[in-house]
Amino acid sequence: MAITVHCDIVSAEENLFSGLVERIVAMGEMGELGIEPGHTPLLTPLRPGPVRVVKQGGKEEIVYVSGGYLEVQPNVVTLLADTAVRAGDLDEAAALEAIKHAEQAIANQNAEFDYTMALSQLAEAAAQLRTIQQIREKLGKR
Amino acid sequence: MAVGKEIKEQISSVKSTQKITSAMEKVAVSKMRRAQLRMQESRPYADKIRIVASHIANANSEYNHRYLQERDIKRVGYIVVSSDRGLCGGLNNNLFKRVAQHAKDWKGQGVEVDFCAIGSKASLFFNSFGGNVVASKSHLGDAPELASLIGAVKVMLDAFDEGRIDRLFIVHNRFVNTMTQQPIAVQLLPLKADEDDSRQYQWDYIYEPNAESIMDGLLLRYIESQVYQGVVENNACEQAARMLAMKNATDNAGGMIDELNLLYNKARQAAITQEISEIVGGAAAV
Repeated sequence: MAITVHCDIVSAEENLFSGLVERIVAMGEMGELGIEPGHTPLLTPLRPGPVRVVKQGGKEEIVYVSGGYLEVQPNVVTLLADTAVRAGDLDEAAALEAIKHAEQAIANQNAEFDYTMALSQLAEAAAQLRTIQQIREKLGKR
Repeated sequence: MAVGKEIKEQISSVKSTQKITSAMEKVAVSKMRRAQLRMQESRPYADKIRIVASHIANANSEYNHRYLQERDIKRVGYIVVSSDRGLCGGLNNNLFKRVAQHAKDWKGQGVEVDFCAIGSKASLFFNSFGGNVVASKSHLGDAPELASLIGAVKVMLDAFDEGRIDRLFIVHNRFVNTMTQQPIAVQLLPLKADEDDSRQYQWDYIYEPNAESIMDGLLLRYIESQVYQGVVENNACEQAARMLAMKNATDNAGGMIDELNLLYNKARQAAITQEISEIVGGAAAV
């Protein structure tokens, strides 16, 4: 059996995942991170995107986070998500809608328009789409 | 029957009070369920971020964040979380007694105390207690939002950043179960290291991209989540305490009505007996 580490994923609203995992893949501030058991202590903010968890036994679970923090300790990995949704709950149509909305907003900028806000909305929606596509690919493989 | 009438009036007034208290009890029961649920939902996050924060305090970071530095104590800050409404037994009073005790202890050491009052009962208390209240927030409602707390918390954090206070505590009621609520005081700043960290060697995180921005963001979130958790938990305590207080009041009113009924019947019987004996006495005289 593969070596495992305990992992907790919590958001402000609920406890999303708690259990033994073989690997966690998340979108860190500096790029994609793969955490395996025995990783050195690490602290990083997360970018909006999917978090892939390989559970004990090889089964995968994908959770979408819109930001947060990842802490790695020798015996536990903690993911403090701002809002995390189990990727199965994501609505692709809603994500596409959000992208369109954000792009429109960027295209016709007016005086009271918050540019950074729109950019972050766009990044978030794109990340949601990426999560959905990842799930699709996975399902297609099987 | 003048006596009987007075007692009857009293009975009806107690009865209407009983109706009010039993209605309040029922409202508190349903509100408590929701408040408890809200408390349980946000608890995992608050617990985990507390653990991460204590890890940070344990790490031997190359960057010494201001929230980790112990300073000489000249002035301390207290965030006091109370309820907005009364009629919840001794809940707020027990909390304020705790606060007053802490304030007295600090004053004994020559340390000044600043307060941040959350909930209108806390504001009222400090009006009479006479503490130095620097921020207050009330009417958070049954579903408090983090956004509405940020302002009051920021006042205290700014005070800490600028060195006006050297320690920050939060005082709120802890929800043990529906029968028991305990006032507790927790130190928020500076961060206290977790004592039972078994690692003897020196270690530190890899910070990506850098320690300063991570700690700023994470520790702010930590403080906010702890205050939010305090408010949500206090809310659940308030409903539970009110439920209990109103249940006692309803029971007491029931007992009172029984007693008054007995008194009324006795008076009525005495009056009848007296009337009969008067009639009998009158007949005998004729």
